[in-house]
Amino acid sequence: MRKVFKLDEIDCAVCAGKLEDAIKKLDGVQGAKINFLTQKLTLEADDDNFDAVLDAVVKLTAEIEPDCEILR
Amino acid sequence: MNKKQKKWLKRILLALAIFFAVMALDEFGVLAAVFGKPGALYASFALYLIPYLIAGHDVLQKAWRNIRRGEAFDESFLMTVATIGAFAMIFFPDTEPHMAEGAAVMLFYQVGELFQSYAVGKSRKSIAAMMDIAPDYANIERDGELVQVDPDEVAMGDIIVIKPGERVPIDGIVIDGASQLDTAALTGESVPRHVEAGGEVISGCINMTGVLRVRTTKPFGASTVSRILELVENASEKKAHTENFITRFARVYTPIVTFAALAIAVVPPLIGMGAWADWILRGLTFLVVSCPCALVISVPLSFFGGIGGASRLGILVKGSNYLEALAQVDTVVFDKTGTLTSGTFNVVAIHAQDGVDPDYVLSMAAHAEAFSDHPIAISIKEAYSGSIDQARIAQAAEESGHGVAATVDEHVVLVGNDKLMAAHGTDWHDCELTGTILHVAIDGAYVGHIVIADVVKDDAEQAIRDLHAAGVERCVMLTGDREEVARAVASKLDLDEYHAQLLPGDKVEQVERILDTARGNLAFVGDGINDAPVLTRADVGIAMGAMGSDAAIEAADIVLMDDKPSNIARAIGVARKTMCIVHQNIVFAIGVKVLILVLAALGIANMWLAVFGDVGVAVIAILNAMRAMRV
Repeated sequence: MRKVFKLDEIDCAVCAGKLEDAIKKLDGVQGAKINFLTQKLTLEADDDNFDAVLDAVVKLTAEIEPDCEILR
Repeated sequence: MNKKQKKWLKRILLALAIFFAVMALDEFGVLAAVFGKPGALYASFALYLIPYLIAGHDVLQKAWRNIRRGEAFDESFLMTVATIGAFAMIFFPDTEPHMAEGAAVMLFYQVGELFQSYAVGKSRKSIAAMMDIAPDYANIERDGELVQVDPDEVAMGDIIVIKPGERVPIDGIVIDGASQLDTAALTGESVPRHVEAGGEVISGCINMTGVLRVRTTKPFGASTVSRILELVENASEKKAHTENFITRFARVYTPIVTFAALAIAVVPPLIGMGAWADWILRGLTFLVVSCPCALVISVPLSFFGGIGGASRLGILVKGSNYLEALAQVDTVVFDKTGTLTSGTFNVVAIHAQDGVDPDYVLSMAAHAEAFSDHPIAISIKEAYSGSIDQARIAQAAEESGHGVAATVDEHVVLVGNDKLMAAHGTDWHDCELTGTILHVAIDGAYVGHIVIADVVKDDAEQAIRDLHAAGVERCVMLTGDREEVARAVASKLDLDEYHAQLLPGDKVEQVERILDTARGNLAFVGDGINDAPVLTRADVGIAMGAMGSDAAIEAADIVLMDDKPSNIARAIGVARKTMCIVHQNIVFAIGVKVLILVLAALGIANMWLAVFGDVGVAVIAILNAMRAMRV
């Protein structure tokens, strides 16, 4: 399943790239793309444990970019 | 300002207010009066800690997080070490206190970062505002009614309806209807394509004139646009991302300073050159003095100025790292249509047969095309200076894909391509000019032809000249258009290189080849969906904002709002000036630091020189940074 989330708010293009790379390395994440311009995160993961993966992504985001919130 | 920046600003203002209050209490001896001689020092330590933590707690946290993740030595670490060092001087109550400096440096740093974040955010929002963020959809018929659905939900073989003005969402075959398709965004080919039942349509084209019913031949994910967007993703993985300047600077500067301070504190006492306390104090002093307070505020401020100045010229930059990358560009690769040329049609020549008035040819053609809204017809009508008298037109019929046949002033007028002439048995001859040739025949006799072409933008020649003058070594043009058209444009503009008849995938290959041979950075300038992968792949992607497709604007790092290619040289100028100011400030700030360190070691520098070293350099560096704003 592929889902798009709004981010509030990622500050710079480099931070977006770093966060994207980190999310891609998470277990269960099949694909991730952060669009700095539109402030959107596209996350791809298995249907079955999508919510669990999303939780992990939210936790990771809070760790790397504490000022950035994933709106779901 | 967004929510976060507002909170940030409030925090800085609060910290500033407390900072100055504490400073006043300290300077006017209030603390000394209340707490006595040694007590005042500890009181001011505790009081300065308040604004320091309010302003900088997130920097401390970030430094700590990065250490845990094994990515120490970034700018947060530098700030943390230096400021904690300043506060740690409290362990040596007999020396000059440095708490105020520690808190001030952190405040300065946050002010600079806030400014930079504001500039980038503003630039980003202007770009986002240019894109119509309407989601992609497909129209399908359900129970006789048109409904919009997610293109992902459309199965292969379903029938979708595409209205005029809409984008084709999925590849397919037309089963009903006829229309003109604008394929410029996709192929770079500027002549609209005619489609009718049985014809193939590809996603990303814009349906211009008629309603089309299309049987899809591919699922959305395998359609042309989706495949191009996949190319964008692959390209972005290969791109070397330029880190923010200050992070790269900190990565080199921080370890040097930290280890030097450590060495000063540890090595001499170990080899018995003095007391531990003495050397630890010297190490700390070194750490505090070496913290480039002027730098941490002036570097982000310079970028703030550069991005702000560029945006006033209509050049939107998505981040300070791209401004830096742009300063090092020595190769500029252009897409043709919409970038160097205007992407619209204009009559460039009327070649009448001997003895025929060219104005007469144009007038008859304009009347024959009076009822057509094909872009070619529109350009002829625009070129015709007189008004069109509809009473003169008795009859007009469009011959699909060939041209029009009309009766004007009781003459039979044929306007169209060679196929139309051949179909009506009229002799015609070709033209030496490149472009779309419209032959005109009146009552079966050939009277001449009108040449319609995509014209080179007014400032394109100037743009290439400026770029060469700015030291750009190679200007290259890549296009999906025909060889002869490309050659004509390339020689007119004095381009160093051109490659024609390229597919989107070919463009990426060409750019990768050029990337291998380029010494500096490569900038790619484009406007179409088909340019998106290349915009992503290039060191700096520059999109045309007014004409450009959303995909191109999204993929690019820099967007030109008014589509003027001459702004590229200006953008490079702004970028170089900004980087020059940044480097000036670094050399100046560190130079003065080193000088003061040496003078202090020799016992020449006094307290006041040290104050000038910190505050004076910072002020001068800030004023210098503000120059970046003037363009």
